[in-house]
Amino acid sequence: MEPTSAQFHENVDKALHDADLQTALHRVDKNFAARRTAAVTAMPEFEALRDEAVRIKDHTLDHLDLYLETFEENVIASGGQVHWAATPEDARQIILDLCQTAGARTVTKGKSMIAEEVALNPFLEQHGITPVETDLGEYIIQLADEPPSHIIGPAIHKTKEQVSDLFATHHEKLGKTKRLTEGSDLVAEARDVLRPRYLEADVGITGANFLIAETGTSVIVTNEGNGDLTQQLPRMHIVIASLEKIVPTLEDASTILRVLARSATGQQMSVYTTFSTGPRRADDPDGPDAYHVVLLDNGRSKLLGTAFRDILRCIRCGACFNHCPVYASIGGHAYGWVYSGPMGAVLTPTMIGIEEAHHLPSATPFCGRCEAVCPMRIPLPKMMRHWREQAFDKKLDPARQRVALRVWAWVAQRPALYRRLTGLAVRYLAWRGRPLGRLRDLPLAGGWTDSRDLPAPQGQTFSAQWARQRQGNA
Amino acid sequence: MGATATGERVSGRDAILGTIRTSLGARDDDAARKAVSARLQTHPRNLVPDRSAVGDAERVAMFVSQIEATHASVARVAEPADVPAAVAAYLAQHNLPARATLAPDVADLDWKSQPLLETRVGVPVESDPVGVTAAFAAIAETGTLMLTSGAGSPMTLNLLPDNHVVVLRRRQVTGSLEDAWDRLRTHQGDAGMPRTAMFVSGPSSTADIELTLYLGAHGPRRLHIILVED
Repeated sequence: MEPTSAQFHENVDKALHDADLQTALHRVDKNFAARRTAAVTAMPEFEALRDEAVRIKDHTLDHLDLYLETFEENVIASGGQVHWAATPEDARQIILDLCQTAGARTVTKGKSMIAEEVALNPFLEQHGITPVETDLGEYIIQLADEPPSHIIGPAIHKTKEQVSDLFATHHEKLGKTKRLTEGSDLVAEARDVLRPRYLEADVGITGANFLIAETGTSVIVTNEGNGDLTQQLPRMHIVIASLEKIVPTLEDASTILRVLARSATGQQMSVYTTFSTGPRRADDPDGPDAYHVVLLDNGRSKLLGTAFRDILRCIRCGACFNHCPVYASIGGHAYGWVYSGPMGAVLTPTMIGIEEAHHLPSATPFCGRCEAVCPMRIPLPKMMRHWREQAFDKKLDPARQRVALRVWAWVAQRPALYRRLTGLAVRYLAWRGRPLGRLRDLPLAGGWTDSRDLPAPQGQTFSAQWARQRQGNA
Repeated sequence: MGATATGERVSGRDAILGTIRTSLGARDDDAARKAVSARLQTHPRNLVPDRSAVGDAERVAMFVSQIEATHASVARVAEPADVPAAVAAYLAQHNLPARATLAPDVADLDWKSQPLLETRVGVPVESDPVGVTAAFAAIAETGTLMLTSGAGSPMTLNLLPDNHVVVLRRRQVTGSLEDAWDRLRTHQGDAGMPRTAMFVSGPSSTADIELTLYLGAHGPRRLHIILVED
């Protein structure tokens, strides 16, 4: 998709005034965090499991080349093929070639953020192949022609009425003329409409939550079962996955599974966790005849050697979204690209460039909740600060902000001057705010006081009070 | 896919692996290879939660209570011969048509004992209301069934029919995921992984509309386990 991250401020403004979105976001805020807390409390070893998960992924990243080679060998040994895609263009072309070899007209798709990252659907459509999203949330946003707004709940921003409208518009031609109002009826209609699509599809494309080097296996985690139908029914199963999804063994995947569902939806295990290895065996009564894994790099191999390496531990659980006050206020679309929330604020600039995306790592209060709940203990705030340093060095922030920061830095490095100036400022602000005890507008920071007042300073600066207290104690 | 395309892909592979090696920097390559191959050979267990290490009776009770909490139901029968009657009773209880599609793995049970139950063995068609399959194992820790593909177990039978009945033997209930992998490794031997190993914890569900939970999204609306105590 064309990023709109550069128009972040306009996007935010729109999001804050979208009443339906605000209702939906309130629901996210209310639901997910409580469910996670309950699941984590019920697992006494949860913190230790997090440490284990981090250790597994760090070990894997340290030996990434070797595990990927082993994975490829084992996929081939079980009758499948691995295709290496350096760029999104490569991944799209490889998948198109495979679909054309299979003579595909329709492909069903399980939910895949990597397919979103490489913008697979529009490309397949351009070449006469119809992609059908089967995850209910992805199906809804495909009808709406929108990007996902949350990595585990792509249509989380939609109200039931909006879904009802979309189904009424798009299902009429399928003979479904009744407008539905109940959620259960909407789910049943989607099931009804998608069933024949699974059966007619020539190719099924899924993502992968894990790739397992030991066995050459891909793993998907879903609640609906759509991914399973997608990878069982068509003649060809294509997996698209980024290369950091790899883990060494079945045991390692099992450990990370214990923190994944709990962090995501508060479940102990998702309903379906499915391990696929190669195509159907000679005596299997069903399953695909062909199995292909498309491994996407898209800059990750370079990222491995940078200060952003830890983001490669991300398992896409969405916990950082569900605990982020910024996401809770603006939703996913305002971030302007495929990934949103705190992990998106770190990952997006690596893919579309800090020039385009520099607003994202700036939109944070550094409250640290994302890092506190991340099952893989990714230091998201620290990495957002790295991006801010880069944005500053590249002069991407407004000139006034940069000048103000430089002035502050210059003063802050001269303690005597700093103390004198802050002392003056405090006295001035106290005097200005005297009538009300607060300031309704602040010189040079009108934007800040547009929507709130600043309490007027009481007494002396902190440094002055500290110095006096230490003197008193001496 | 012409020769050129294949050639480009090979070079794509080498370029990606080359960049990874550059990013990883200097390392003792021999030591790295040894560490990797040791881990793959021995596949050591990581931390396994304590709760899965319990005695036989407690383990089965844990499995039942955990999977019931996911909207699945469980019936207990004494021996395999009782399974057909339990299937018929379940279908009657839910007003379902007396028509079941059986996995070859459960076809040998005494289905003739239920003359009113119409059965067929094999891969399901879309309109089949009920699928009956056999589990490979179950996991008490999370209330999870492990279903594996093979000649006797079509995977689509776990997914297409609206009602999924799974026959599970008591001795198949393990403590943890790791225990289940050990059993699969022993069972498969040199054959390696089956095409599919599905872990199922409850009936199909979705919360994609306003975060409300609805059952029967794409897979089965009902999941029923017949636990054979022998």
